[in-house]
Amino acid sequence: MSNPTVAAARKQKEAPVRSLTDHSWGRALKQHYWLYIMLIPGVVWMLIFCYLPMGGLIMAFENFNPYAGTGGIISALTHSQWVGFKNFQNLFTGTDFIMLLRNTLAISFANLLIAFPAPIIFALILNELRCMWFKRTSQTLVYIPHFVSLVIVYALTVQLFNSQDGFIIKMIESVAGRGNAPNIMGSPSYFVPLILGQNLWKETGYGTIIYLAALAGVDPQLYEAARIDGAGRWNLMWHVTLPAIKGTIVIMLIMRVGALLNTGYEQIFLLRNAMNAEVAEVFDTYVYLKGVSGGQYSIATTAGLFKSVVSLIMVLGANKIAKLLGESGLY
Amino acid sequence: MAKIAKADKGSNGFNHRSPGDMVVQVILYIITGCAALICVLPFLYVLGSSFATEKEILERSFFIIPRTFSWNAYSYIVKDGAVFRGLRNSLLVTVVGTAINMFVSCTMAYPLSRKYLKGRNFFMNMVIVIMLFGGGMVPSYLLVAQVLHLRNTFWALWLPGAMSAFNMIIIKNYFQGIPDELEEAATIDGSNDLHTFLRVMLPLSGPVLAAVSLFYAVGHWNAYFNAMMYINDQAKEVVQICLRRIIMQTSNLVDQGIDWGPWGSPPTKAVRNATTVVATVPILLVYPFIQKYFTAGVMVGSVKG
Repeated sequence: MSNPTVAAARKQKEAPVRSLTDHSWGRALKQHYWLYIMLIPGVVWMLIFCYLPMGGLIMAFENFNPYAGTGGIISALTHSQWVGFKNFQNLFTGTDFIMLLRNTLAISFANLLIAFPAPIIFALILNELRCMWFKRTSQTLVYIPHFVSLVIVYALTVQLFNSQDGFIIKMIESVAGRGNAPNIMGSPSYFVPLILGQNLWKETGYGTIIYLAALAGVDPQLYEAARIDGAGRWNLMWHVTLPAIKGTIVIMLIMRVGALLNTGYEQIFLLRNAMNAEVAEVFDTYVYLKGVSGGQYSIATTAGLFKSVVSLIMVLGANKIAKLLGESGLY
Repeated sequence: MAKIAKADKGSNGFNHRSPGDMVVQVILYIITGCAALICVLPFLYVLGSSFATEKEILERSFFIIPRTFSWNAYSYIVKDGAVFRGLRNSLLVTVVGTAINMFVSCTMAYPLSRKYLKGRNFFMNMVIVIMLFGGGMVPSYLLVAQVLHLRNTFWALWLPGAMSAFNMIIIKNYFQGIPDELEEAATIDGSNDLHTFLRVMLPLSGPVLAAVSLFYAVGHWNAYFNAMMYINDQAKEVVQICLRRIIMQTSNLVDQGIDWGPWGSPPTKAVRNATTVVATVPILLVYPFIQKYFTAGVMVGSVKG
């Protein structure tokens, strides 16, 4: 045992064996250096454009003054006055907050209740069609709106609904008489329906793809078995088709719920004008108008942070609930 | 015979022959037909009215085909040139932006798709965090405008969105699906990881690369908000901003006291409509190509991993 040569030989024998299971960083870097080099662009990008702005969230706890410090934003961040949760207090007690919450939720719930189920229903309808060329042609046409920009959707909306020469307005006037059509683009009561209408028009068709894919995966034998058991059209849909796409629906629902406060600013910012501003102001537009255009960085960052935190809690919560209900969830 | 029996069945294998089912079928066809019509009708109206005279647009009741055919609106926008400059800028933004996106996404996706990569979980968590949480608009704006000084450059449109975590994961999942034996064979033949990536993995990933490139490209082409925030220089105006500007101007173009040359007064409504047509045509031209890969991409993206 004490023989040094035996020990050395044993050591030598062990060495390669150990190195196979040895997952040290040095060895990993040496063996797969290209993989780590390839990671650099993405990681550096994430650090600069995703993680660095997260550091900027400090502004929500400061009375941020861009001119504080020795010059530059980073220095201003460290030299601005720390106010703790005062910005949050101001946000929650301010008059804007209730309005923002109400407007945001009005748009989100309209979307959740109508724009979310629409593609599911439409997919079920498409799935029932037997004439293939008709189905294909319809699909090609209903996917088109997804690919045009929101600015074009806005342009089309203006051309259909503006009170001077809108196509739909003229149609209404041809029935109700000139000047009797409602001012759709410029009245608060039509704002949410307009947003909803744009979303339905733009995304319903395209939204069917994911459900149609799930429907195509249903085993035809299930239908046959159910039919032999005397199931009719509705029974088949209720007991075979819907359970088959339930998982997909749950995943899409989780994503929807997580984004409940993210009404997006691009679409709303386009439709928003002086006449409907009272219902068009949502968290996203508020952050832009206060922060980017208005220069009130702290309060805008606070509103943005509030929104991000609530969204995060909601997506994690929805995911948890989905898992408790036995669905697979997002991750 | 077998063919006829098959044709009689719906996609769920249900035999629709009773009169009640016929009625349901007809209703479903009507709903689908109407939906398809609603999706294309606005485009047809805009196309039709862009060839109409200003007078007809304002005075005639609703129509799709104009009575008097006029090129005025198009001659105006050709002379003005703004929308074509916008198209050129958008093309540049889209091509370079997509190239940057694909470079960053693919180089990130490949290492993350290797299960043996040490530290893989750490980097993957970095990606998941940015999917769930972010600094928000104000810090990002300050970063781009005040720290990096990218205002009025296209870099402000390329860099902040250089990678989408979602798209990167689609590519990563696809790489993961490629059999390990191919990588092993390449390694045995003396290929290093970079070579394996460039010569084995990328060539085998054509469909997913096409789909993700299109996701990115359509995103760049359609984006307007970053351009609105960061670019004030009219020479760098992208087509979406140009269209938005023209729509906003059409209501008060008349009052600006501009000499409209041969037209007397500006063909404002028709110009607005013609600009919409010109801005829409490029995306519709590539649509048949896009549709195929986009649909495939949605399927790839729906596979979790």
